[in-house]
Amino acid sequence: MSPDQLSPDFLQSVQTFLNNVGAILYTYRERLWLDTLRTMWMTIASASLGTALGIPIGVFLATTKKNELFACPWANVVVGFVANYFRAIPFIILAVAMMPFTRALVGSGISITAAIVVLAIAATPFIARLIETAIREVDQGLIEAARAYGASPLQIVFKVLIPEALPSIVLTITNATVALIGYTAMVGALGVGGLGQLAINHGYQQNKPILTWTIVNMIVVIVVIVQYLGERLARRVNKRVRT
Amino acid sequence: MNPSSSDTAAIRFINVSKVFAAGDNDKAFTALKSVSLDVPRGSIQGVIGRSGAGKSTLVRLVNGLEKPTSGQVIVDGVDISALPERRLRVMRRPIGMIFQLFNLLSSRTVFDNIAFPLEISGAAKSAIRARVNELAELVGLTDKIDRYPAELSGGQKQRVGIARALANNPKILLSDEATSALDPETTQSILELLLRINRELGLTILLITHEMAVIRAIAQQVAVIDGGEIVERGSAFDVFTRPRHPLTRLFVSQETGQVLPSYFAAHMRGEPVAGGQAVVKIGFRGPNATTPVLARLAREHAIMPNIMSGTVDEVGGTPFGTLVIGISGGEEPLRRTLTFLTDLDLDAEVLGYVP
Repeated sequence: MSPDQLSPDFLQSVQTFLNNVGAILYTYRERLWLDTLRTMWMTIASASLGTALGIPIGVFLATTKKNELFACPWANVVVGFVANYFRAIPFIILAVAMMPFTRALVGSGISITAAIVVLAIAATPFIARLIETAIREVDQGLIEAARAYGASPLQIVFKVLIPEALPSIVLTITNATVALIGYTAMVGALGVGGLGQLAINHGYQQNKPILTWTIVNMIVVIVVIVQYLGERLARRVNKRVRT
Repeated sequence: MNPSSSDTAAIRFINVSKVFAAGDNDKAFTALKSVSLDVPRGSIQGVIGRSGAGKSTLVRLVNGLEKPTSGQVIVDGVDISALPERRLRVMRRPIGMIFQLFNLLSSRTVFDNIAFPLEISGAAKSAIRARVNELAELVGLTDKIDRYPAELSGGQKQRVGIARALANNPKILLSDEATSALDPETTQSILELLLRINRELGLTILLITHEMAVIRAIAQQVAVIDGGEIVERGSAFDVFTRPRHPLTRLFVSQETGQVLPSYFAAHMRGEPVAGGQAVVKIGFRGPNATTPVLARLAREHAIMPNIMSGTVDEVGGTPFGTLVIGISGGEEPLRRTLTFLTDLDLDAEVLGYVP
């Protein structure tokens, strides 16, 4: 269909639509920008915290099983149970239930900082379990070779297990970050700010579907960028395949 | 204990047994039964056996990756089996080890892989650099030093493995099926490298394999292991040319291809056949290897042997020949042939009879 075949009515409605989009973007330009920054801050901070806690816990879970480097089965069972416990709680319930705790910890139950704490608590067991899997997939032969060369268990962790699992670790953190972007929208609904709150309070409650879908598309773009960068980095640190 | 052998032995296994305790899914398993073996300093000792025979366990006892259930493993005069883990780590540094699947760190370059044992033992950066470059040159990989293992061929990977094993100036090198994943040509070049290291650095090499070709190419002594026990041992030449245990015979025949032409093999019988011939295998070794035996047999005894197959092989640089002949005419000529051959100090064996 060529442009001159389109009915004038259709062209008119397209123009109206674009005008509306432009008006919404213009009206909300400042909120959109600020809430994007808030969402990104919450995501980055909680992903960093979750990684900082998740990697050691993941390594602990992988290396304390029977016959492993730091075999300590009872501690493995305890930590594994706690990780499963927190992983099993649906995020929205965790966010609400943790409010008294975050209030005590950071002085407020509903704030960006409080949200970061909750997001990190949700991300940590998720990251830890995936890191555990990544570590356990490192070839046993490499551990044996390192032992044969006199490496201590800690040297094996830092010189063999983590470097060899790095590509998987990067992908794990990428996936966790993507999940966290979704979670930030949920804590947004509880009123701490960010794109999620903007979409609920202004897009949904004030019946502005154009705003809602604009925000949805912005989140999609952020997710795509994170996924792309993560996969690129994972490929870069992966020396197992010929490049 | 014999003091002289503990002076000359780099590794001594004394009545070593290893039982793997029953696990969740498997029963207890006896990997080694009362194994005693002395590996002379500076020698290449081969251990050959089928998979599951216990040879991997044997080699892992030397650097304490496995602990014996009973018995002693004495490395350089120290009882490895009695050491606590922390001391063991230090003991392991002068024991290099290479593996069937190379076990190189995929995240490290050739340089950093070779540097690994030096990092572990806390060497200074400058010392590491010098040593790694030296080793890369020794194994011929100077131009690949910044490559990752995924970019190397199998033979190059094993060269990296060997360089890494030599990093800490070991006195002992353990080789766990180091050439089993390589093609025959690459195997040959890796074995030549091991032989060179043995000669130039005076390294004691304990190598385990399931391939007689490896033993034949470089081992001076060999032990044949089956079901966790050493069933035959001796110099590689003796074991190769006069195998006694059925398993050893199997390994040797697979390696030398000493099989009869299929016609004879298919018609071979255990009992004499009227009007047929006896199949005799003659092994030539030592001074009589060059005697024109068959010509003398014909002239001095008027026995006309029928040549069925013949090969000349080499073990550790010493040649030996094998000839399979047929003797017709019944029991008497056969008896005279065997006496004649035995008198010349040749190995003669009746394989069977064909019509």
